[in-house]
Amino acid sequence: MALLDIRQRTGWLFGALVVSHIILISAQVTTKRGVPVLQEVTFGVFAELQRASTSALSSAQEGWQNYFALQQIRQENERLKKEVTQLSVSLQQERTAAQQTRTLQGLLDLKSGTAFQTTAATVIGSGADPEFRTITIDKGTQDGLRADMAVISPAGVVGRILMPTARAAKVQLIIDRDAAAGVVIERSRVGGLVSGIGSADALAFKAGLIQLEYVPGSADVKKGDRVVTSGLDGIYPKGLPVGEIQSAERVSGEWRIRLKPAVDFSSLEAVLVVLQVPEPPGDVKPAADGEP
Amino acid sequence: MKALGVLVAIALSLALQTTLSRFVVGGSVAVDVVLVAVIATALTIGPVGGMLAGTAAGLIQDALSSGVIGIGGLAKTIVGFLAGAFGQQFIVTAALPRLVIFVAGTVLHGVVYMGLYSLLDLREFPSPWKPLAAQALGNALVGIVAFGIIESLPGMVERRRARRVRR
Repeated sequence: MALLDIRQRTGWLFGALVVSHIILISAQVTTKRGVPVLQEVTFGVFAELQRASTSALSSAQEGWQNYFALQQIRQENERLKKEVTQLSVSLQQERTAAQQTRTLQGLLDLKSGTAFQTTAATVIGSGADPEFRTITIDKGTQDGLRADMAVISPAGVVGRILMPTARAAKVQLIIDRDAAAGVVIERSRVGGLVSGIGSADALAFKAGLIQLEYVPGSADVKKGDRVVTSGLDGIYPKGLPVGEIQSAERVSGEWRIRLKPAVDFSSLEAVLVVLQVPEPPGDVKPAADGEP
Repeated sequence: MKALGVLVAIALSLALQTTLSRFVVGGSVAVDVVLVAVIATALTIGPVGGMLAGTAAGLIQDALSSGVIGIGGLAKTIVGFLAGAFGQQFIVTAALPRLVIFVAGTVLHGVVYMGLYSLLDLREFPSPWKPLAAQALGNALVGIVAFGIIESLPGMVERRRARRVRR
C-alpha cells in the first residue's frame, strides 16, 4: 500500500503532473511549421526510438551475418585443409613416381650399357631375419632366373639369386655374412675377396659395411680406393662397382680392409638380374642382347 | 475533509478572481486570488496537496480563460509543490516568512507562465517585471490577510458560542 500512497511518492507525482501538463500544452500548440508540438515532439522521440531500434536490429543482423560468414569460412577452411591433405598425398605420389622413373631410367641405362642380357625386377620384400641380409624380387624361374645369377643396380653389385621360385626370387645381398665376390682394387689392380660381416662386429654390421680379405700386406691399398668385381668368381660380371675402401689397416702382415658398399640397400627399389652367368676370365663371351 | 476544504477554497478563489477581473487596470490583474489559494493550501497541507490544488485550480483557470490549457496549471503545480515543500522544511507561521513565500511564489508563477508563453511564441510581454512585482505584493498582502482571517475563524466561532451560552 505504501507504493500506492502518493504522499510517499511526492517527487514522482510532481514529475507526472509536470509531464502531463507539458503534453497537454503540446497538444494545443503548433510550431512555426504548422505542426502540433505534441505531434512533432512525439514524432521526434519515436524517430529516435526507431533509429535506436533500427541500429540495434542492424547490429544484430550484421552480427548474425558475420556469424554465418564465419561458419562458412570454417567449412571452407575444413574443405581447404582436406584439399591440402589430398594435394600433399598426390604430390608425394608424384615424387615417388618421379623417383621410380629415375630408378627405372637408371636401370634402363645400365641395361642398354651392359654387354649381357638382363631383366629388370622390383624389390617386393626383405629378409625376415636381420642376421641374413636378403631381399625378395618379383621375378622368378618363369622369367629365366636361376640360382647364382648376379643381381646388380646402376650403383653396383647388389648380390646373387639365392633361391628362385616360379614368380619370385630370394636375393642374397653382398653385405650378407655368407656372401662373397671376387674383386680387384681399381687403382692398383690388387685382387681379393669381398664378403659380408657378421653381427660379431656389431659396429660394422650395423653400418652395413663389407670386408675385403686376402689382400697381401705388401699390396698398395689406400682409403677411398674403388673396388670392382674381378669376374673370377663365376657369378658377377667383371668391372661392376662393389664399394669404396673406408678403412684399411695391416694386421699380422695382411690388410684388414672395410668397404662401404656402392649400393644403398636401404633404398633399393628395382634391380637388374644378369641372365647369363659369366664365364671365368679369358673365356668371357658377351651374349647378344635379347638372347637368353 | 481536507480535500473538500481545498476544493471549496479553490472554487471560492476562482469565483472571486472572475469577479475581480472586471476591475482590470492597464490590462493586468494586480492580484491572482487563485494563486493565493494554491500557496495557502500548500503551506497548510503540504507539497502533495499544494501541487494537486495547483493543478486543479490552474487547469480550471486556463479553461475559463482563452489561453492554452495547461500553462497556468503547470505554473501553479510547480508553485504549489515548491511552496508546500518549503513550508514543510521551515516554520512559516509568522507573517514575514509567509510574505516572502507569497512573493517568491508569485514571481515563480509569473516566470513560468510568461516564459512558457514566450517560449511557444504565443504571447509577448513587453515589460513584465513591473506588473509582476505589483502582483507579487498584492498576492502577499491578500494572502497574509486571508491567512489571518482563516486562522482567527475557529476562535471567533468559539467566542460567539460562549457568549450565547452566557445569555
